[in-house]
Amino acid sequence: MSHGTIFALVSGAGRAALSVLRLSGPEAGNVLQVIAGRLPAPRHASLRRLRNAQGETLDEALVIWFPAPASYTGEDVAELHLHGGPAVLRGVTDALVALGTRPAEAGEFTRRAFLHGRLDLTQAEGIADLIAADTDEQRRQALAQAGGALSRRSAIWTAQCAGLLAHQEAAIEFAEDELPNDLAQRAQAGARMLSAEIKAELAQAPRGERLRTGLTIAILGAPNAGKSSLLNALVEREAAIVSPFAGTTRDVIEISLDLGGIPVTFCDTAGLRDADDAIEAEGVRRALARAGTADLRLVLFAADAKPDAATLALLGADAIVIGTKSDLGPPAMVGALPVSTRTGLGLDILRARLTAAAAARAGVGGVLTRPRHRAALGEAVHWLDEAAQAHLPELSAEALRAALRALGRLSGKVDVEAILDIVFNEFCIGK
Amino acid sequence: MSTSRFDVVVIGGGHAGCEAAAAAARCGAQTALLTQSLATVGVMSCNPAIGGVGKGHLVREIDALDGIMASAGDAAAIHVKMLNASKGPAVRGPRIQADRRLYAAAVRSRLDATPNLTLLEGTAGDILRDAGGAISGLLTEAGQEIACGAVIVTTGTFLRGEIHIGERRLPAGRVGDSPSTALALAFDRLRLPLGRMKTGTPPRLDGRTIDWARIELQWGDAAPEPLSWLTERITNRQIACGITATTPETHALIRANLHATAVYSGRIQGAGPRYCPSIEDKVTRFADRERHQIFLEPEGLDDDSVYPNGISTSLPEPVQAAVIASIPGLERAAILRPGYAIEYDYVDPRALHPTLEVRGIPGMFLAGQINGTTGYEEAAAQGLLAGINAARRADGIAPDRLLTRAEAYAGVMIDDLTLQGVSEPYRMLTARAEHRLALRADNAGLRLTDIGIAWGCVGTERAQRHVAFKAAVAEALARARSDTATPSQLAALGIAINQDGRRRTALETLGLPEVSVAEAARAFPWLLDLPTAIRAQLEAEALYAPYLERQDAELRLLAREERTRIPEATDFTTIPGLSNEMRQRLAQARPGTLGGAGRVPGITPAAMAALAVHLRRANAA
Repeated sequence: MSHGTIFALVSGAGRAALSVLRLSGPEAGNVLQVIAGRLPAPRHASLRRLRNAQGETLDEALVIWFPAPASYTGEDVAELHLHGGPAVLRGVTDALVALGTRPAEAGEFTRRAFLHGRLDLTQAEGIADLIAADTDEQRRQALAQAGGALSRRSAIWTAQCAGLLAHQEAAIEFAEDELPNDLAQRAQAGARMLSAEIKAELAQAPRGERLRTGLTIAILGAPNAGKSSLLNALVEREAAIVSPFAGTTRDVIEISLDLGGIPVTFCDTAGLRDADDAIEAEGVRRALARAGTADLRLVLFAADAKPDAATLALLGADAIVIGTKSDLGPPAMVGALPVSTRTGLGLDILRARLTAAAAARAGVGGVLTRPRHRAALGEAVHWLDEAAQAHLPELSAEALRAALRALGRLSGKVDVEAILDIVFNEFCIGK
Repeated sequence: MSTSRFDVVVIGGGHAGCEAAAAAARCGAQTALLTQSLATVGVMSCNPAIGGVGKGHLVREIDALDGIMASAGDAAAIHVKMLNASKGPAVRGPRIQADRRLYAAAVRSRLDATPNLTLLEGTAGDILRDAGGAISGLLTEAGQEIACGAVIVTTGTFLRGEIHIGERRLPAGRVGDSPSTALALAFDRLRLPLGRMKTGTPPRLDGRTIDWARIELQWGDAAPEPLSWLTERITNRQIACGITATTPETHALIRANLHATAVYSGRIQGAGPRYCPSIEDKVTRFADRERHQIFLEPEGLDDDSVYPNGISTSLPEPVQAAVIASIPGLERAAILRPGYAIEYDYVDPRALHPTLEVRGIPGMFLAGQINGTTGYEEAAAQGLLAGINAARRADGIAPDRLLTRAEAYAGVMIDDLTLQGVSEPYRMLTARAEHRLALRADNAGLRLTDIGIAWGCVGTERAQRHVAFKAAVAEALARARSDTATPSQLAALGIAINQDGRRRTALETLGLPEVSVAEAARAFPWLLDLPTAIRAQLEAEALYAPYLERQDAELRLLAREERTRIPEATDFTTIPGLSNEMRQRLAQARPGTLGGAGRVPGITPAAMAALAVHLRRANAA
C-alpha cells in the first residue's frame, strides 16, 4: 500500500477531443493552485489556464475540484479536462510530476476509495468488473454491484440477523424484566425465514457468477466431423484451420463471442479417436478434459460417418447434438439438429438455441457474482439453520453470532454495541 | 503536618476501593485505604443486590482471585436466586439480595482481617508526583502527607457529584456525603479527559407502611447457591420480595410533571444507563405500556427500609409521594428518603492502560464508577485488578497483570473500556463476551485461580482446594472421554440415538439435547457418584464442546489477532494506507494488539488490513 498524491488519465488514451486527468491525494489542492491559479468552488466546472512552474501555458482546460471527503477516493481530488492530444497531455503530466506527484498504479484510485470507506468490498469488486466488462449484460451486472446492489442486500440481511440476535440476547440478559415470553421462538422462526431467503438468492448465484466469468462451450466429435468448420461459421471468420484431413486440430482452440450479452468462449477440440501420434493423443486428452469442464457441449456427428462410441459417450443434459455435413444426407443421429456450414443450413437455428442456452445459464438477476459471495452466504445459511433448531437460547445466539460474522465478510461487520442498541430501543429494560 | 509511608494508597471505600485495597494487600503491598468516613466502608449506595447475568459472572471471577465481594455477599444474603436457571450454564447468573448492614459489616471484617492493610479516615486533597511525573504520594485536605508508590482513585460518583430532586440540586457524592471537590481540581491539573454521566435511584419506602397482603410475594431458590466457591451454605434467614406495578394513574402523574425533573427540563446533560432507566424514561419511551413492574426488595432482616426496584426517579418530592400512592399496595407507603438523579464526572477510560494505570502517570490507577461503569460488581472487578497492578508498580515493576477477553469477563470489560471508551454507564452483559460459552460463572475458579496463584493474590486455603478440585475435574473429564457405549447398548437403555454403529463416549451421550444426566447414567453409572460441582463441569463441557470445536478456526484466527502486538511506540499517523479518520481513532484508543484494533469503534475492515500489513512488515524488519 502506498501513499502520496497520484494522477492518471481516466479517459481513454490516444487522440480525442478531450483527455481527462484525475489527481488524488493530500497535495491535490496545492498542485491545482500552482498550475491553475486559485482553487475553484467545490464541484463546479471552471475554465482555467494551466501553467507549469516556469509560467509556460500548457492548455486551457475545465477544472473541477472535489475536496475530501466527498470525492471518488475520499481524498482531495481534482479533475483536469484537457484538450486531447499527446503533446498537451505530456506537458501537463510533466508539470504534475515536477510538483511531486506520481502516476497512479493500476487500480490505485479504487483501492484508495476502498481504504477511505467510500466503497465497500463488494462495490470495489463491482468497479473492477465494470472496467473489465466485455458485454452489455456484464456491464449491467457490474454497474449494479458497484452501485451497491449486493451491499444493500447484504446490509438488509445483516440487519435482519442482528435483529434476531438482539431478541435472543434480550431474553438471555434481562430474564427478570417484563419481556415478551416468546422472544427466543420468534428469533428461531426468523432465522428459518432468513435462511430460506438467502438460499433463494444462492440458487441464483451460478447465473451471476457465470455472467461474470463467461460460459465455455466445447465443440466435440470424431475426427473430421466438422468441428473447426462449425467454429468458423459460428464466429464468422477463419479462426481454425480446416482441412479434409482427420486430426488437423490437435490442441484446443478458444474463440470468444458475445451471445446476447453473455460472453461465450467456444473451444474447438481435437477429434476423438485412438491416436497413435503422441501429440494427437494429448490433444484428445485435452478435448475430453475440456468436455468435462465446459458449461455446454456441442456434440457433432457427421452425416457421412457412423456415430462413434467416444462421441456417443458425451451425450447428456448439457449437450446439443448436431448433425453436420447435412448437405451430404440426413443426420446420422436421430434428433440431431441438421447443420451445413457449406449451405448455411441450420446455423441460425443453432445460434438461437445457443443464445437461449447461454441465457438460461448466465445473466443479470441475482446479486451474487463471485464464489466468495457464495461461500460467505453458504456459511451464514448453515449457522442460521443451526440457530433455528438449537435447543438452548445461548446456543441459538452463538449460531446467530457466527451467521453475522459470515454476513459481515461480504461487506462489513456488526459489533456488540449495534446489537445492544436494538435491544434497548425495542424493549423496556430495567426492572 | 505529618508524613506516613505506604506502598499503595486507595482513595475511596466503596466496592472498587475495598477490593483494590484488599487485593494490593494480599499481593504483599503495605496498603492504606483512605475514606471520608469509616462508617460508610462497603456501603451499598443503590439497590441491595449483588450479581445477576454478567454481573454474577464478575462476582465469581472476583471470588476466583480470592476477592471479598462474593464471600461478604454470602454472609449478608437474605434472598438468593440463580437467574436463567432454565437456560444453559453459560448464561446462568447467581444473584443475591443482601442485608445492607450485614454486607457492610462483612466487608469491614474482611478488610480488618487482611494483613498489610490500614484503614484511614480523611479526604484526599491533592495527588503528588515526583520530578519524572510518577506518583509519589498524596495530600489530605487536613494537610497530612502520605507517601506512596502507587495510588488508586476509586471515588465513584463523588467527582463533582450533584444530586437533583425535582428543581432542587445539591452538591453531593451520595445522599448525605459531600463530593470530592479538591480531588476534582487535582484531576483538572492532571489534565485527565473528563466527561459527565448521570444515574438515579428510587425513593426508599418504610416497609411497615406497605400493604403486603395485597402484594405478590416472590421467594428465592429452595436450595440457595452461594456466590463464593468457599462458602459451604447460606445461613441467614431467607425473606421474600414483593412484586407490584405502576398503573395508568402513575403514568399520567409522571407525564404531567416531567417538566419538573432535572433530566427532562435539560438541567442534566450527562448520559444515563439505558438498562436502568428512570421511571420517567420508561413512561416516555414506551408510552403504550400500561404497567411497569416494580420489585419491592427489603434492605435487611432488621431493617424497615424497602428498595422499590424499577422506579428510579428525580421528580420533586411531593410528586414522588403521589406516584408511590398510585401503586397498588403502596397507597399508604411512607417515603423514608426521596429518589434522586446524580450527575458526576468520569474519566474517559481510553486514558488508561489495560492495567487501569493512567497513561503517562506511572503509579496512578483508576477503578470503578470513575471510569464510566455502573454497578458494584463492575467496580469491584476493576478494583481487584487495579490493586494487583498497583502492588506491582509500588514494587518497582511495570504493571503487567492482564486478563484477556478469552479468559474472563473482567478482561472483556477492561478491554471494552480502555479501547472503546463509554457513551453511557457501562454494565457487564454476557452479550459483550464473544467467548460466552467458555466464560461461565460455574468455571470461574478453573479459569482464573491458577492465574491468581501465579500473581500471588490467592490465599493458601483456596489454592489447596482449587488444586484438588481441578485434578478431580480433569480425571472425570478423562473418564467421560474414554468410557464408551455402542448405539445398540444405549438404545437398549432407552436412549434414542442414530444406530450408526459408532461408539459414543459418556461425554457425547451427556451432550445429547434430549438426554438427561439420569438417563446417561444408565449407561455410565459412575456419573451419579460424582460430586455435583464436578458433574456440572462435565455437563457444561458436553453441552458446549461441539459448538466450540466447530468455531475453532474462527477463534484461532481471533486468537492470532489477539497475539499480534502493536508496539507501544507505534505512531498510527505514519501507517500507510490508513485514512486520517482511522488514524485518529486508533491514536485515541491506542490498542495494544491487532485484535484490539478491530474492536476500536468505526475501524473498517480495510483499515484492519492496512494495519495488519504494516505490523507484518514491521515485524519482518
